[in-house]
Amino acid sequence: MLTTPLSRRVFLKSSGGVIAGTLAFASGPIALLAPSRSWAMSLDTLDSRQGDMLLAVARHIFPHRGLEDAVYAYVVKDLDRMAGEDDAVHTLLSDGLAVLDDEADGDWLALDEEARMAVLAPLAESDFFEQVRANAVVSLYDNELAFAHFGYQGEEGNAGYLRNGFNDLTWLPDPPKPEGGYLPDEEPEAQNT
Amino acid sequence: MAMTDNQKTFDHDDDNVVVIIGSGAGGGTLANELAQQGIDVVVLEAGAIHTRGDFVADEWAAFSQLSWLDGRTTSGSFRLARDFPNLPAWIVKAVGGTTVHWAGASLRIQPHEFEALSHYGEVADANLLDWPLSYDDLAPYYDNAEKRMGVTRTHGNKGLPGNNNFKVMYAGAQKLGYDCNTGHMAINTVSGNGRAACQQRGFCFQGCSTGAKWSTLYTELPAAIETGHMELRPEAQVARIEHDDSGKVTAVVYFDADGNEQRQKARLVAVAGNSIETPRLLLNSESSMFPDGLANGSGQVGRNYMRHMTGSVYATFDEPVHMYRGTTMAGIIADESGHDPARGFVGGYEMETLSLGLPFMAAFLDPGAWGHKFTNALDQYDHMAGMWLVGEDMPRETNRITLSETKDSHGLPVANVHYDDHPNDVAMREHAYRQGSNLYKAVGARDVYEVPPYPSTHNLGTCRMSEKAEEGVCNSYGQTHDIPNLFISDGSQFTTSAAENPTLTIVSLAIRQAEHIGELMKEGTV
Repeated sequence: MLTTPLSRRVFLKSSGGVIAGTLAFASGPIALLAPSRSWAMSLDTLDSRQGDMLLAVARHIFPHRGLEDAVYAYVVKDLDRMAGEDDAVHTLLSDGLAVLDDEADGDWLALDEEARMAVLAPLAESDFFEQVRANAVVSLYDNELAFAHFGYQGEEGNAGYLRNGFNDLTWLPDPPKPEGGYLPDEEPEAQNT
Repeated sequence: MAMTDNQKTFDHDDDNVVVIIGSGAGGGTLANELAQQGIDVVVLEAGAIHTRGDFVADEWAAFSQLSWLDGRTTSGSFRLARDFPNLPAWIVKAVGGTTVHWAGASLRIQPHEFEALSHYGEVADANLLDWPLSYDDLAPYYDNAEKRMGVTRTHGNKGLPGNNNFKVMYAGAQKLGYDCNTGHMAINTVSGNGRAACQQRGFCFQGCSTGAKWSTLYTELPAAIETGHMELRPEAQVARIEHDDSGKVTAVVYFDADGNEQRQKARLVAVAGNSIETPRLLLNSESSMFPDGLANGSGQVGRNYMRHMTGSVYATFDEPVHMYRGTTMAGIIADESGHDPARGFVGGYEMETLSLGLPFMAAFLDPGAWGHKFTNALDQYDHMAGMWLVGEDMPRETNRITLSETKDSHGLPVANVHYDDHPNDVAMREHAYRQGSNLYKAVGARDVYEVPPYPSTHNLGTCRMSEKAEEGVCNSYGQTHDIPNLFISDGSQFTTSAAENPTLTIVSLAIRQAEHIGELMKEGTV
């Protein structure tokens, strides 16, 4: 999903909008995975402003200092997909975002962080908020960029950690045997341990 | 080549076959045990075949691939009814059943837990009862099950090596004076029983791609096929069981993979669909002779639904843990599993390490939550250790599986799962949360999170065994009190839940049941 450079192709290929940004951190796990610092994601159904607003809403619901917008963009992508599949979702999102703007003299994104939250928080029980939250709690944390940021190795585990760190914790004493068990090639001293 | 390609097949009109519904711990084991005796068996499994090569190291993808996601409804005061109203249980719809997903903990129920009523005394608003069999009755079958499953720390099998999550639990256990080790697990430390050694992938819940963890998928079922006495029919969703005028069951009606209705005649039927589907099937099989459903003369079918007292404690530390590396359930503390009413509740609980990957930690940490408290926990994901708390919950007549107004794709009522936490369950959970928190604080935890129950993987008791016919659904062999050739072969049989993970007991009961069915058949009784 990270495309570089930000190209005309991205703008032209879909009827929806586009969200784009620049990685805030030049180094770190996500920068290592990204081909460049600029990123862009095309939308099929939602427009660009809706995309930008939903990204901000997702960040307010699940605020992680230092987590790149490029990861929150997965939430927008997922909501865009759902809006394309289900008109009711499209309407729910569009109406919810319109309410945010209405409550902010027409431009919720123009508010500072605290003021945005003051508009959003009262909607916490609304279907709009719940739609974004329920999608975000899955899509925000189920992608390789999030895995890299939070320190989860995902599919790397498929090969097994037996020789790759499953017991590499060193800040506590190693449990004794037999309680701590045996590596495949370690033999117990007594039977039935 | 699919495991079923060269299997023996049986005619739909062959009324000499035993039909087993479900291929998990109960059904899969029973099928093999009967087939080994030369008894012809047809296994009807609602799920499809997913082999070890199909398993994925991806929590949500595996969840979609393996879970039972057909509709269910919920009611009652338990938090799951709010958090996951259509997913009360996290169990598998696939060949091998929930043995594909289980973590592998293989603990024997303790002798006193078989005598819950006698040992604990009456508990208000609970439906406690003694099992109609004792620990000693089951002990030889536990031996048999442990040997075939290769359970660690039994019969000379060495313990699995502890991972990082275990190291944290062990250190805390030392501070609290608890005993702790890497547990009795049906996971191979070294290769054996035709299964490979554990590579510490950390995806036990997503299907074990190396086969180190025991599952009927690649042990009992292929062994049964090998005998030439078992036919496995995947994607066969059973609709109802039929009976004759004498009240004996005669056939099983199911929908095949193409949605066509099929009827398999049967000499004997064993139901092992897990404790939600098993009573649903008996209730959906109502007839003019059995207007309340099959084997329901006592009115106990679907009642006494138990899901174990559960909860989790996760804690964060200054230094990294990477709990997701290695076996999901890597350490066990049994010190709180005894019966000590001074704690304010009857029965006990086990403390078992558990880890979730980042996607599922987000989903299950505090369902519905948002904001800084939630994100602060996930910000420390790689510095987190965790444990699951699992203990005895009270059987209650009002906690039950009933038929819902909602229908499935075949027009059959789905199961409604009703559960209210008993005050004993609540008191035990509070105690367990406190002890789990204390354990991690003793190791220097920064933040501690008490995590609510996940959708249930341990579903028990809805067709319980009882000495007296009016108090349950089946006898100690799983044979229903009302219908001599209808058996219950899964965790539905449990009279009480006990504290321990149920799979080893389900397997042991299935081995014992198979022996008994063999004898009854020889006698010509069934």
